[in-house]
Amino acid sequence: MIFSISLYLSLAVFLVGMIYKISTWFTRKIGILGYRFSPAQRFGAAVKGILGAIFSAKLFVLVRSFVLNVVLQLQIAKEDRLRWIMHLLIYGGFMLLLLMHALEKHITARLFNDYYSTVNPFLFLRDFFGLLVVIGIGIAIFRRAILKVPRMMTNAMDRYALVILALIMISGVLLEGTKMSSYSEFQRMVQDYAGMDDPDEIKALESYWVHEYGTVSPNIKTPIEQEVLDQGFELHQSNCADCHSPNKSAFAGYAAAKAFGPVALTIDRAAGTTILWYIHFLSCFFGLAYLPFSKMFHVVASSISLMTSAVMDPAKSNPANIATRQAMELDACTHCGTCSLRCSVAVAFGALGNRTILPAEKLSFLKSYASQKELDTKELQAIQEGIYLCTNCDRCTVVCPVGINLRDLWFNVREELISRKQPVLLSLSPFSFYRGLNQLKLDSAGYGQPLSRAREALAAKSVFLKTPEKVIPLTPIDKGFKGQAVRSMQASTFTFCFSCENCTTVCPVVGSFENPQEEVGLLPHQIMRSLGLGLKDLALGSKMLWDCLTCYQCQEHCPQGVKVTDILYELKNMTVKEAKTAS
Amino acid sequence: MMKYALFLGCNIPARVKQYDLSARSVLKKLGVNVADIREFNCCGYPMKNSDFKTSLLFSARNLALAEKENLSILTLCQCCFGTLKKAAHLFKEEIGLKDEVNAFLSKEKLSYHGKVEVKHFLSMLHKEIGTTAIKEKVSNGFKKLKIAAHYGCHALRPSDVMQFDDPVAPVVFDELVDVTGAESVDWSMKTECCGAPLLGVNDDLSMTLTEKKLANGKASGADFLCAACPWCQLQFDTVQKLMEAKGRSNHNLPSILYPQLLGLAMGIPGEELGIQMNQKDLSSIKAFLT
Repeated sequence: MIFSISLYLSLAVFLVGMIYKISTWFTRKIGILGYRFSPAQRFGAAVKGILGAIFSAKLFVLVRSFVLNVVLQLQIAKEDRLRWIMHLLIYGGFMLLLLMHALEKHITARLFNDYYSTVNPFLFLRDFFGLLVVIGIGIAIFRRAILKVPRMMTNAMDRYALVILALIMISGVLLEGTKMSSYSEFQRMVQDYAGMDDPDEIKALESYWVHEYGTVSPNIKTPIEQEVLDQGFELHQSNCADCHSPNKSAFAGYAAAKAFGPVALTIDRAAGTTILWYIHFLSCFFGLAYLPFSKMFHVVASSISLMTSAVMDPAKSNPANIATRQAMELDACTHCGTCSLRCSVAVAFGALGNRTILPAEKLSFLKSYASQKELDTKELQAIQEGIYLCTNCDRCTVVCPVGINLRDLWFNVREELISRKQPVLLSLSPFSFYRGLNQLKLDSAGYGQPLSRAREALAAKSVFLKTPEKVIPLTPIDKGFKGQAVRSMQASTFTFCFSCENCTTVCPVVGSFENPQEEVGLLPHQIMRSLGLGLKDLALGSKMLWDCLTCYQCQEHCPQGVKVTDILYELKNMTVKEAKTAS
Repeated sequence: MMKYALFLGCNIPARVKQYDLSARSVLKKLGVNVADIREFNCCGYPMKNSDFKTSLLFSARNLALAEKENLSILTLCQCCFGTLKKAAHLFKEEIGLKDEVNAFLSKEKLSYHGKVEVKHFLSMLHKEIGTTAIKEKVSNGFKKLKIAAHYGCHALRPSDVMQFDDPVAPVVFDELVDVTGAESVDWSMKTECCGAPLLGVNDDLSMTLTEKKLANGKASGADFLCAACPWCQLQFDTVQKLMEAKGRSNHNLPSILYPQLLGLAMGIPGEELGIQMNQKDLSSIKAFLT
């Protein structure tokens, strides 16, 4: 009764959950693209796209991708052999258990006329498949806890996935073990299947089972006489053997039964078999019901993602389908950390401690962001840095074992996140190059906004530039600047400047303007001089800093050995730091 | 046999794959071996504006990885070259800096002891192999082809650190172009910036600078620009096309990557050099081959 109720209940939750989760692929708005289409448009486009792929030559590609990527998971094998073995063991073992054991009535019994769960090879296979999963889980824990794969982080979902799998497996093995050692279970079987009345015969059979099948009986004293065992064996052959292979072939359960040995009777009296049975099926049903909401949903989403990436060409696809695909990809991510391992800028995470710099953590963040869309200032700042501090090197996309097109996901999400009020200081750096290359894909009105916001935020401090009438005090050299500079040796060279203006003369930026001072604020030599006068704030507020090409012409041509370009770098660093602490 | 750790950086594998392809073909022909270190990360260049210190950690990690393999680093990108070489220079010059980065690297069981040399593709060809040896491999050189060699800022300057060539009157790139039978034209802006560092930051200024170079190159009579850096190449290739779309340029002066130019002169098929992967059509260059 409880079994049926909980089964149907969990199935219902599972189905509703699946429908809900899949519906979010059409409703969730990811990045700027997400806002361009209604759920109905996205659904329509998806149906058209799927049908188009199935009824075309692409079907072949889909099937190929299903076999190579979904079933064999060659993409994982390419990246990491141990992980591939781990995943194959877990998913292979689990699927086989699901088909042969959990769905035995519906599948195995129909395929094999003589199917009994207690008969070999099924008795053995159940344990064997379970062993595969357990080894897989062991490798997973080993990788996370002992091997400590670089930059792989374990979150609550990862822990849940391992715990629920382990719970199902361990409760299964223990259940089998208690059943084998259970005296009442033995009595039940004798009654149901053997049809024996003679107490001596029953005792002989019981002796045999105690000796060979791991049963723990209160009646049998060891050592058992060989004669009794021989009689028991004969009775076993005629009453039991046809439907019950040796328990030893179910090696895991048998080992558990042997381990229970001394306390088996207590467990039996306390209805241990029943309790474990509840734990086993309830954990299975819980896993099923919660699947759509857990990491395990990747079973569905990752498969779809892999096949989608095999047939979808982002350059030619309907943008509505790309919006849907990106929502789906968030669910496809298994948080395996391959992208973080290969990330070109992961060092920045090590230095700055912002987790969202790592692609796997960024995606993890986006999952929750996509459903709520709420961020406080601090979170926004962190994710803006995380999404902008990226060289768009494509490595994450290339290595993703589930085929997520991270490159396009980042591009799309970046635009949404940097359109928020908070200035993104990193935008005034070569990190913006990729955005510049792809500017035609962006709305021209919104394109320049983040840049001007960043410039404003960085120039906000400079009192002197905003109020030119303010009297400049002629204080001595700013010792503070030297102290604050990262590479003080380079920075201190500004003291050698004698204002020959060579730096300004050779600067290609200065040379590009009719009236350069109006455009860039302070000219390079003026920046050096203002440092000499201790007017750091004046230098920090100059627009010249952010229009510097870093071509090193100024530095090359300085007769005094002032490291002009390097000093500009120092100034930029300081400005960013101050603007960061100010906000 | 020479062997280097090939440092591709971020742009090449994602956007300028033809540079990788053509460089490897040419190096193979010249008997230079390259190793790929998969753990390499970004050189740190884009990080400098906001956080120079962190950019040094980027560089240090790469240097340490190459040192572990006992290899010198060979870069194709001039900004990677400039960044890595500058970092190696600072680790040598500034007391305490190396220990500081090693403390960071030790978390990954890495360390850097200052043994790695950083070389750019062009200077390696010029100094280690030499124009004479390269010339021997040129089977069907160009004729009547005029090339404007674009040196690239971060290879040339700061010259005291880069030691690439004379920063005012460099010859390395010109000589390497001449080896292919093409004529390296003299143009006044050959050592100027391509404009790429400001793309996405100040597009107007970035494109103004690019436009100046294109105009100057065209006026010097060049048929093609020649670059040896992915940033410069993207600027002259993808961005020139973008500028054309915006009506900001009409010089139609395509840029070829140096190993593509050399490769063609060595008789390597254009497809192998990724000629077709350039945004601006390069096919007309084949007419200049002998």
